[in-house]
Amino acid sequence: MIQLQNITKKYKTSNGELTAVKDVNLSIDKGEIYGIIGYSGAGKSTMIRLLNGLEKPTSGTVTVNNQEFSSIKGQKLRDARQKVSMIFQHFNLLWSRTVAENIAFPLEIAGVPKAKREARVKELITLVGLDGRAKAYPSQLSGGQKQRVGIARALANNPEVLLCDEATSALDPETTDAILDLLVDINERLGLTIVLITHEMHVIRKICHRVAVMEAGEIVERGEVLQVFQAPQADITKKFVSQITDTKETQETVAQIKANYPNGQLVKLIFVGEKTEQPVISHLVKQCDVEVSIVHGNISQTKNGAYGTLIVQIEGTESNVAAALSYLHTVEVQTEVIANAN
Amino acid sequence: MLTNFFPNVDWEKMWEATYETLYMTTISTVITFILGLVIGILLFLSSPNQLWANKLVNFLTGSIVNIFRSIPFIVLIILLIPFTKFLLGTIRGADAALPALIIGAAPFYARMVLISLREIDKGVIEAARSMGAKTSTIIWKVLIPESFPALISGLTVTAVALVGYTAMAGIIGAGGLGNLAFLDGFQRNRQDVTLMATILILIVVFIIQWIGDLITAKTDKR
Repeated sequence: MIQLQNITKKYKTSNGELTAVKDVNLSIDKGEIYGIIGYSGAGKSTMIRLLNGLEKPTSGTVTVNNQEFSSIKGQKLRDARQKVSMIFQHFNLLWSRTVAENIAFPLEIAGVPKAKREARVKELITLVGLDGRAKAYPSQLSGGQKQRVGIARALANNPEVLLCDEATSALDPETTDAILDLLVDINERLGLTIVLITHEMHVIRKICHRVAVMEAGEIVERGEVLQVFQAPQADITKKFVSQITDTKETQETVAQIKANYPNGQLVKLIFVGEKTEQPVISHLVKQCDVEVSIVHGNISQTKNGAYGTLIVQIEGTESNVAAALSYLHTVEVQTEVIANAN
Repeated sequence: MLTNFFPNVDWEKMWEATYETLYMTTISTVITFILGLVIGILLFLSSPNQLWANKLVNFLTGSIVNIFRSIPFIVLIILLIPFTKFLLGTIRGADAALPALIIGAAPFYARMVLISLREIDKGVIEAARSMGAKTSTIIWKVLIPESFPALISGLTVTAVALVGYTAMAGIIGAGGLGNLAFLDGFQRNRQDVTLMATILILIVVFIIQWIGDLITAKTDKR
């Protein structure tokens, strides 16, 4: 559905040339939810704008929905854009138009006759759950409702691809989840390909099938979300993964445990997929004759399965602890020794 | 009673002058609105990073606007006498004041249009582009509606300035309340005529401001 080949994008700034995207190759399948994560300035904003021709690459080709966006111009580009729509961090609604008029805007651009427009708008308002708000102005809506209008507007012309530019970054956590659920629903019901950029690992975890991690204009890591969670390679990816697993409180707890219980070993266990449902800990206690205390636990659902971490403290004789660790290896649970107390 | 306070006022003349002032102000405001909007949009779209980014067009338009905006109005009227004569065959009467009024006010209003358009969230224009909108669609359905309240409040300021300009135009014989105040009031030393003309000008200004504020408030949905 989407192909990026050897994409480089350079900007001329007053401080010289700036390379926003450096030799990126990327392929996204039809019906997939693909996440691109990176900190601000990583080039993800430019990346997503290459996909609908709002930015043109300095070199390389961008093919989306069988259209070469890197080279088409004029009417052809405008027509192609109607099938690759976009939602934004700050919604970018027309404040002078009501909800219904905002949603009708792309239909007006596409030249849809009035009667058809009205019917389609009604349909979309129901689809995004805004019944009864058709005549409201954006200023009368909450952030989540504004993004729903943005989504309805983006879906108006039955696009093949939906681009999400930090679509939930301006929303509170609860609203973020509701909007993400809506995106998944649309993806499943309409078979829409979704590409989203974000700096929140939570968003990737919750809805993406695959993810690419960007740093300084390059994709430093990519793959299935679960696999990236399980075995992050690049430092930046580890940082993003720890956004979800190691909260600040966890780190503080670990530090405290280390101080309070100098004996024993702190171990972080990482469970993936079905392993999360096995009684690993009780087996450990029974078989290896060690004391296990749980310090912190966390399970996250991703699109390809569950991902859990558990920090435990194992106490016992040296040989028993070693046996416990090797047992954990046999059940294919990843272990990471946090600190040896001695 | 009015005759006691304003013994020298010829009411028929006064109403005629009021009509002339309203005539000059209305026509010049309407044309200034259209012309200023066109120039303002051109200035906006040709500025860097906009849809028609073009340094030469931007520079030329900007220069013309700045030149005409900087010439004091009274000097502009005099400079435009040959042009007006060529255009209308006369330099007297309300119509003769129109070229100077419009050429004086349109660049001023164009600057206000530019300021209003710059206030529009860049993201909204980007959103329209991402939907496949043509530039003309962006002008009619995004730029103008989204900046409308600001365009109207700018026009109100311009219209009030135009009332002032008509008074100045009156001095060189364009008619209107300014002309009456100068010729009948000042030159014949009839203070009551000057005072009455002033009161009527104030009323005109207040009405313009009131209408402007009303439209601005009605159209502002932010």
